[in-house]
Amino acid sequence: MKLRDLSELAARNLREAILRNSLTTLGVAVGVASLVAMLSLGVGLQTLASDRLTKSGLFDAIFVTSRREFRGPGSGPPAKPSAGATKENPKPLDDDARQHFAALPNVVDVYPQIRFFTDVRFDGNTHATNVLGVPESSRSMSAFSGITGQYFSSPTAEEAILQMDFAKDLSPQPASLVGKEITLRYAERRTLSSDEIAKEKDIDAQLDAMMSGGISIVSREKKLRIVGVIESDPSAGIGGFGGGRVFLPIRVAEQLHAAQANDVQDFVRGGGSGKPTYAALTIRVKNPKDVLQVEDAIKKLGFNAFSLLDAARSLRLVFTVFDLFLGLFGSLALTVASLGIINTLVMAILERRREIGVLKALGATDGDVRSLFFAEAGAMGLLGGLFGVTLGWLIGQALTWGTTIYLRRQDLPAVKISYVPWWLAASAIVFAVIVSLIAGLYPAARAARLNPVEALRYE
Amino acid sequence: MGARNRITMVGTSTMPSTQTLIHAEHVSRDYRLGETVIRAVNDLSLEIGSGEFLALLGSSGSGKSTLLNLMAGLDRPTSGAIHVQGKNLAALDSQGLARYRRETVGMVFQSFNLLPRMTLEENVELPLRLAEIDRGERSRRVAEALERVRLGARSKHRPSELSGGEQQRGALARALVNQPAILFADEPTGNLDSSTGEQILLLLREIQDTLGMTIIMVTHERPLAERFANRIAVLSDGKLIDQFAMQAGARA
Repeated sequence: MKLRDLSELAARNLREAILRNSLTTLGVAVGVASLVAMLSLGVGLQTLASDRLTKSGLFDAIFVTSRREFRGPGSGPPAKPSAGATKENPKPLDDDARQHFAALPNVVDVYPQIRFFTDVRFDGNTHATNVLGVPESSRSMSAFSGITGQYFSSPTAEEAILQMDFAKDLSPQPASLVGKEITLRYAERRTLSSDEIAKEKDIDAQLDAMMSGGISIVSREKKLRIVGVIESDPSAGIGGFGGGRVFLPIRVAEQLHAAQANDVQDFVRGGGSGKPTYAALTIRVKNPKDVLQVEDAIKKLGFNAFSLLDAARSLRLVFTVFDLFLGLFGSLALTVASLGIINTLVMAILERRREIGVLKALGATDGDVRSLFFAEAGAMGLLGGLFGVTLGWLIGQALTWGTTIYLRRQDLPAVKISYVPWWLAASAIVFAVIVSLIAGLYPAARAARLNPVEALRYE
Repeated sequence: MGARNRITMVGTSTMPSTQTLIHAEHVSRDYRLGETVIRAVNDLSLEIGSGEFLALLGSSGSGKSTLLNLMAGLDRPTSGAIHVQGKNLAALDSQGLARYRRETVGMVFQSFNLLPRMTLEENVELPLRLAEIDRGERSRRVAEALERVRLGARSKHRPSELSGGEQQRGALARALVNQPAILFADEPTGNLDSSTGEQILLLLREIQDTLGMTIIMVTHERPLAERFANRIAVLSDGKLIDQFAMQAGARA
């Protein structure tokens, strides 16, 4: 029989015993719904967790240091950047390296850690604190999502964001600080060329300059406008922003040339060759899954690279196991539903014995009869699957709704805990059809085996 | 009416003069009923010519329906062979038998066996669906078959909305729609009153005349068999005990 005729006949048979078939289909739907609701919860929570973690800046970041750091004392002057990265000649972590990293595929941002000590002058008072450069890519981080005021208007804006505790030091009403101006006082590092050294007035000053490796430190001031106050410290652990209380766009912070801890290190090592090096660079990648590949590329370039990917991996493992269990519970309901399909179809065989006999007498093959029952089982599975996915989605929405109310009462932001991605919907429907077809195997085989003479015998 | 000028064989010859269509050779069919084995058809041999109207006559339990089912390809003999158009039905697999039923055979039953869920039209269309005939061709042939049994106006009705005679005519249309070579009728008048039954048999004979098909009918009503069939085979206890041709005059 042609597929179209088969489906027409199956549809007719399903319509005829509408109540029984609807109830059976509803059984499948409830099974699929429980499966979808469970898994949507799993997927939703996983999405929520990984979203939060991604925004924490932990899992899409690679921390790069020079291999120099791990060499013993007494190492020679840094090698030229063009030289091969051998153990004897490790590459310095300088601007060339930085540009090199930025050009790697899937890299979103490369930025140094800029953190320096400063005095902040506001309203006639002076407050000592730490300044931290914040890269543009941090805009989406969760720490900045609850900002009072706003994020930096541009990556080069001369603006500052204050950490709440520090803002409270400045004013009892931290929110009122937005739009006001503060003055930073900091130490600027100057690298002196030999020409500049020669310009020094006397020989003692020249000697001092040379002895100091060509670095001098000058006190500077910078005026910045406060654009926002944030509640939490956007610290991101290793290589992150920890400890900062005044945040600047990193490009602004870099231009200040403020003296940092590694300047002293460079100095001790006889650096100051004119090219500043970074203590560490943080690389942000597009997606946590790109971390490994970028990390490898950086290691091949001859630098130390480190990421928290392993932690993310174990997290994924936990969620996979979690999903598996949720899926198992959901499948249980679907198994029960498949028993319903078997029951309905076996009953239908008893009821439709005569009809099967007539079909066979009219020339239907065993295969035709089997296909017909199969089609009916499959149709119940398909309808049940479609309805079940909708139902499951609604249950998920209800869960999200309930959670939102609860979270709001706790003064927490709303989250989407249930999420039905297209692949979950599609595979739930496919699964329902497959389970239904398997349930239809026995009834279909039994119907096909029916002896037409016996089936036609008058009852 | 259809048999007015018909020339048939006269006498009790066992062999019809026309070309043999069905040849049953030493056919037996056993049924197992618990411990006992019932031999419904017992070493029976029979030849049926093309274009014949054969009545299988016998009391209930004589094996006439079993023989009909064997010849219609609904059942397989325990032993023996049934040759139809050169094919031995006993040797066909279930697929082959289904094909034989679909292409060569039309069947009419005592209890009509129209599917109650379908309209008359859809019931008649069923064999064509199974034979995978194109839709356009199907509706043409369904209409033609319904016209032939004079039920064109009732095509959209369900079996429950039809009288017994109409139902049997509908079943007849369904049996004819795939243009079979042989029409098997198992007690086609058994559920009908005598005048309606007679109408059905007249219709059968008319169809035989116009389409030239072979008709094999099971009945236990001797007068009906004698009036409409052109040969009668009498069965008892699974054996063929007598067979004879009817004179044309007897069929008026």
